[in-house]
Amino acid sequence: MDIGGINPAILIASLMVASVPIMLAAIGELVVEKAGVLNLGVEGMMIIGAICGFVVAVHSGSAVLGFVGGALGGAVLSLVFGLLTQFMLTNQVATGLALTLFGQGLSSMIGQGYNGIKPPATEPLNLGPLADIPVIGTILFRHDWMVYGSILIIAAVWVVLKYTRTGLILRAVGESHDAAHALGYKVVRIRLLAIMFGGAMAGLGGAYVSLVRVPQWTDGITAGAGWIALAIVVFASWRPWRVLIGAYLFGGITVLQLNLQAAGAAIPVEYLSMSPYLITILVLVIMSSGRGKAALNAPAALGQNFHASR
Amino acid sequence: MLRLEKRPSPSRTWQWATPVLAVVLTMIAGGIMFALLGKDPVEAIRTIFWDPLFNPQFASYSRPQLLVKAGPLILIAVGLSLGFRAGIWNIGAEGQYIMGAIFAAGVGLALYPVETRWVFPLMVVAGIFGGWLWAMIPAVLKTRFNTNEILVSLLLVYVAQNILASMSLGLLRNPEGGGFPGSRNLGQIPAMANPELIAGTGMHWGVVAAFVVVIAAYVLLQRHILGYHIKLAGQAPRAARFAGVSPAKLTVLCMGISGALAGMAGMFEVTGPAGQISIDFNTGYGFTAIIVAFLGRLNPIGILLAGLLMALTYIGGELASFMLSLPSAAIQAFQGMLLFFLLAVDLLTNYRIRLKKREIA
Repeated sequence: MDIGGINPAILIASLMVASVPIMLAAIGELVVEKAGVLNLGVEGMMIIGAICGFVVAVHSGSAVLGFVGGALGGAVLSLVFGLLTQFMLTNQVATGLALTLFGQGLSSMIGQGYNGIKPPATEPLNLGPLADIPVIGTILFRHDWMVYGSILIIAAVWVVLKYTRTGLILRAVGESHDAAHALGYKVVRIRLLAIMFGGAMAGLGGAYVSLVRVPQWTDGITAGAGWIALAIVVFASWRPWRVLIGAYLFGGITVLQLNLQAAGAAIPVEYLSMSPYLITILVLVIMSSGRGKAALNAPAALGQNFHASR
Repeated sequence: MLRLEKRPSPSRTWQWATPVLAVVLTMIAGGIMFALLGKDPVEAIRTIFWDPLFNPQFASYSRPQLLVKAGPLILIAVGLSLGFRAGIWNIGAEGQYIMGAIFAAGVGLALYPVETRWVFPLMVVAGIFGGWLWAMIPAVLKTRFNTNEILVSLLLVYVAQNILASMSLGLLRNPEGGGFPGSRNLGQIPAMANPELIAGTGMHWGVVAAFVVVIAAYVLLQRHILGYHIKLAGQAPRAARFAGVSPAKLTVLCMGISGALAGMAGMFEVTGPAGQISIDFNTGYGFTAIIVAFLGRLNPIGILLAGLLMALTYIGGELASFMLSLPSAAIQAFQGMLLFFLLAVDLLTNYRIRLKKREIA
């Protein structure tokens, strides 16, 4: 059952794998933005996560430890952003950009000598008979644990934001830090924790790129995935489950264009490679204009620094 | 306990002192980073900041490089600074730079082998137009559809890079190049070349343009109503709207200027130092210019100095990777670090740090 040399079941299966990095980075950034902080350094945290995860995995021989290392690397880098924006009250846009520039330089510095090495493999989970179901088994039940883990994280973020006190406080801080402060919540501390969660998720996503998706280390390996993740948060209008949809949409486009390249479509390779970025822009336009008005759903205090004057 | 107290107005002393302080702090932190890499920190810092200018062995080669590298950085950074002042974040200058180069090279090569002196000015116009056009995409999407200009302008960098690859492999490939990617060498075609104007200085038309733009931007910001509007829109958006400043017009204008200047920088680079359109034509000037703009405190004169300093780190970095086998990526990390420190010490401009304990009212 092939269409133009592409098997749809395998296409959907690889779509789920391709969307993991941006899904993780986007859900992390969603939490950060819900707390009222705009961290544009997702790309930098992802690539640091990618190299940290890679190095840890290669030296320890364990992919799981690699993912932990990637998450830690991303969280540590995000802490730099946190300290600067929360305590030194720096401009969040500029600091986020600095984080990306710094992360790209630092990652290729750490990554020297790691080119061409193969990291330890992340095996698909053995789900027994489920994996043998025709078509559905191929699509859903032959993935590694990170694919399921990332969906669980989305579910967890949704539950926490919607049904728990923690989520309510987090959203309050993002909607009006002055009101939250007046109620006695530690705005800066809550935001720092949110920023670190975002960093850890971006790092995890980055580690998935270098350990599973590629799996190899090259400079600039994330190739703009962090920026697409930022766009997905807007696309999702700050709602967790829509992040999943957005990530699948972009994962699908990426996989489709890669498959078209491999199948030797008549469209030049460069035009296929630029399609995910163009479609991201298109989706941003559709979401931001007209009745959608994604911006209306944005946390009210997004990007504003908090300084307790009293 | 440390406590921050907002200053009634930004401190003028700190406004000039913070960039210097940031550079010093970066040198210290960078030295620690180099020491961790197993290099002698003092020697590394000296190789980056001192040797390119004063070492008798290298200075004759690297001094001209200073202007060659600073030219595009200053051109792009001045454009960006106007937008940043107004709160309009064009961070896709890299893409506009690429498109400027492609448009200019495209016009030039379409006219090949015409040999009149009108070809070069025509290419300048094409380069400006290319960069402007690429910047107009995020600007128009922002004003018409309220799309975030940060994301769109950045995503367009990746699109531009793909167009660049496509051009150097296809449309603009040198027909006499034996199938290798890359265009004809524009630097060797007299009508299109952007040569060194005064031998041994590195001065080319792009550097001349950069100096002119610095002066023009200074006059614009200090003496012209438009410059006032730009500053007003950044500092008090509501007041600006009441004063009749149209945010949409300002967005289109600031994005347009920064795009045009980035395109111009790309044009001068492709006809001069780079020489041809190739897959790896762009070297990140568009991103480094963001650091230059902030290091120069978004002030044209400051940007001039910051551009020279940043060019020095490029040249010194090359020298250090050649002499001390310092990884070239270390310089990129070093530049990123500079921006961190700069943003951090900026706190001293707007706030006072008080040591005393908070009193109970």
